Amino acid sequence: MEDNYIIEMLNITKVFPGIVANDNVTLRLKKGEIHALLGENGAGKSTLMSILFGLYQADSGEIRKNGKVVKINNPNDANALGIGMVHQHFKLVEIFTVLENIMLGDEPTKLGFLQRKQARERIMKFSQQYGLEVNLDALIEDISVGMQQRVEILKMLYRDNEILIFDEPTAVLTPQEIDDLMEIMREFARSGKSIIFITHKLNEIMAVADRCTVLRKGKCVGTVNIKDTTKEELSRMMVGRDVSFSVNKADANPGEVVLSVRNLSVPSSIHKTNAVRNVSFDVRAGEIVCIAGIDGNGQTELVYALTGLERPSGGTITLCGRDITRASIRNRSKTGMSHIPEDRQKHGLILDYTLEENLVLQRYWQPEFQNKGFIRFDAMRSYATRLIDQYDIRSGQGPVTIVRSMSGGNQQKAIVARELDKDHKLLVAVQPTRGLDVGAIEYIHRQLVSDRDAGKAVLIVSFELDEVMDISDRILVMYEGEIVGELDPKTTTVQELGLYMSGAKRSTVKEMSYA
Amino acid sequence: MHNESLSKKNVFHLKKITGSKAFSTFTAALLAILLGLVFGFIVMLIASPPNAVPGIFAVLTGGFRRIADVIYYATPIMMTGLAVGFAFKMGLFNIGASGQYTMGMFFAMYAGFFFNLPRGLHWIVCVAMGMLGGLLWGLIPGVFKALLNVNEVITSIMFNYIGMFLVDMWIQTTPGMYVADKARTAYLPASAQMPSLGIPNSGVNISIFIAIAIAILLFIVLSKTTFGYELKATGYNRHASTYAGMNGKRNIILTMAIAGALAGLGGAFAFLAPSSIPGSSVTYEPINVIAPNGFNGIAVALLGNSSPIGIIFSSVFISHIQRGGTQARLFGYEYEIIDVVISVIIYFSAFVMLMQEVAKKALRQLLDSLKRSFGKKGAEKASDAQPAAEIMAEPELSEVEKEGQK
Repeated sequence: MEDNYIIEMLNITKVFPGIVANDNVTLRLKKGEIHALLGENGAGKSTLMSILFGLYQADSGEIRKNGKVVKINNPNDANALGIGMVHQHFKLVEIFTVLENIMLGDEPTKLGFLQRKQARERIMKFSQQYGLEVNLDALIEDISVGMQQRVEILKMLYRDNEILIFDEPTAVLTPQEIDDLMEIMREFARSGKSIIFITHKLNEIMAVADRCTVLRKGKCVGTVNIKDTTKEELSRMMVGRDVSFSVNKADANPGEVVLSVRNLSVPSSIHKTNAVRNVSFDVRAGEIVCIAGIDGNGQTELVYALTGLERPSGGTITLCGRDITRASIRNRSKTGMSHIPEDRQKHGLILDYTLEENLVLQRYWQPEFQNKGFIRFDAMRSYATRLIDQYDIRSGQGPVTIVRSMSGGNQQKAIVARELDKDHKLLVAVQPTRGLDVGAIEYIHRQLVSDRDAGKAVLIVSFELDEVMDISDRILVMYEGEIVGELDPKTTTVQELGLYMSGAKRSTVKEMSYA
Repeated sequence: MHNESLSKKNVFHLKKITGSKAFSTFTAALLAILLGLVFGFIVMLIASPPNAVPGIFAVLTGGFRRIADVIYYATPIMMTGLAVGFAFKMGLFNIGASGQYTMGMFFAMYAGFFFNLPRGLHWIVCVAMGMLGGLLWGLIPGVFKALLNVNEVITSIMFNYIGMFLVDMWIQTTPGMYVADKARTAYLPASAQMPSLGIPNSGVNISIFIAIAIAILLFIVLSKTTFGYELKATGYNRHASTYAGMNGKRNIILTMAIAGALAGLGGAFAFLAPSSIPGSSVTYEPINVIAPNGFNGIAVALLGNSSPIGIIFSSVFISHIQRGGTQARLFGYEYEIIDVVISVIIYFSAFVMLMQEVAKKALRQLLDSLKRSFGKKGAEKASDAQPAAEIMAEPELSEVEKEGQK
């Protein structure tokens, strides 16, 4: 049994100034298995894989391949040992063709001339063997993200890698593409390649992995056989406590229309066309409406127009019966809009301000917090103390903590606290749980549901399918700037949602009865 | 467990002292000055090795023998320093303090020559006019920036030239202002000159108190008011201030107008100073040179870390070095060499402050990513030890950072 391990990382310790990123971590990869590497943000997964790929050197511990100790000083060494990696952010040359990208760095040449034909034949062979169909002559910038990932995979095959590292490969894919990728991974395993699969999505691990190693705060919690474990156990290992996955919520009880959008178009900042095209929908009090879709289909621009960060090129937005299409941001806020922005560090927070200063960011001008232009520091302090307490925002020095020094989860909690506590009728939340771990996600979801139960209208934009299915009362799917379907999360399936998201299916205009 | 809590205690103790903002700014400023002096000394060594030691000594201590002059020359650069620093708090780089200063000077002088007002009121009106002149010259780049998104650096550089040439032309073509055969302005009437503090052979006057009062007022505005809150918020993060519904355009125009008014006051203070010789006054020579006091304001602001209180001290320091420099002539150093030495000192002083900002930012980003990745405790430790090695380690950590951003 012992000799079956193709790669062993034994007692790896890696210390960065002040932090132990990997503390005595051991990972053993069997030949032909799919081995998941699970952990929260910052648990040390990427560091461990960077050591295997030669980007960092371990401070102590050793790496063995087929039982022999090896030294991996850089990615070229890793490559020579047959280790390949698909990075989360693809490393492709946008203006090169697929073929050129795959052969880049390992080009067959004759007298200094490229032998494209030779490379093409070699790639075609792999492509057919594993069902990885790509158009070798297309430019990278013209193909979808899913296709780009295939190019990355083909790059590994082209270099005869037998140990394949996938760093969060499913984050950018539609459900159908995820299914395809899983099948490809299984096919690799069958043909004897070994796979390390970094993720924090438990469903995917359960679906495809053979074994799973869990990291928590740099330490190895353990390695388990997927056959003998459950999702609940894995999450307990990852977070260190029980976590509930499904959002507990009663049926929605929608009241009057709070937000009404009619024929809204928003110009694109990149192209000459509109990023949002003729979109109409309503959000009622006491319901959570999710806008689902793959990133980049106009969701960001839609929210910018709703919240006043960008001017629409046409259509109307009505909030609580008032036309706010051209209203200022402050006016929208006064009319009853709260906004949890997509990018919390760019829009949501002033990182160099203290926590208390950030908690009054939407309210500092109200009489409660200022007197003739002078800030009422005592009122600010007691308000911040209450919110910190109520929303369990953890920080080093309480209200006077500089927000930059807080963890992402607590930064997000601060925004959620600020936006929910503010007097509002409508909450617009974009990717409210992005980058957060399971515990924080659970918390934010609870807050969103309780806001709905308090009779607020909630509009959420999310790229996470599970989140969309779990939390929404109604789903609107956006594809290429249009709303292509309205679905009920109780009756629809993830697969159907995926078809809408990828543009393969759309509702007829009749079904969408807004005029 | 016990060990851990102990180390945590230590951490807090250390942080209390070194973590305070004022402390780190102060030490950085001292460090910057020291480095500036070292390089200034090197220049003196190259220029005239045997005189370097007494020379640098004169630069350092010469000012103490002429404290009144140090204060007198500190006042205008305190104002231009405030003009740069205040705008910088909002993220605007007001490089146009020179033009605003010159405009302020012209408005003040014009009022001095042509407004017939009683003693005691005349100089006050002149000062107010100077403020107005500077305000206008700051307002215009502000309007361009706010409404047309034209970079304020470009406009204000252009406005330095436009202001300087306009003023030189106006002075030379206004009868009663200009003495052609001496190529300078005429003497201002005594009623337009600011009340002297009565120190013999020195122009030091009441304006230093006004300047300090204004600095304190700005400090209060910045730290206690909603306007200051908005201003700093915009300076730290323009996107978030927009998101919070702050009126960015109004604030940009207002900030630039205030900054201009401050520099304009500097111009007024410099030229409305009383002369120790009765019947004369400070004069201006329209020789097509951009006022160096405006640029000195940038150095003052940088050395003072843009804080109004810090600027009070940095302006006095720079004035002190400049006065000391004139003493170095006694050791055979030419004016030009002394200017070079002073410039080197100022340059490095400001340069290191900039470097410190860059280093701080890099360190913050690093800490930030570490904190997100590894929880609070580890990063707290990291923030205690801040050797340069850590900053250098940052690129290596990019993978960790990436993970933090997921």
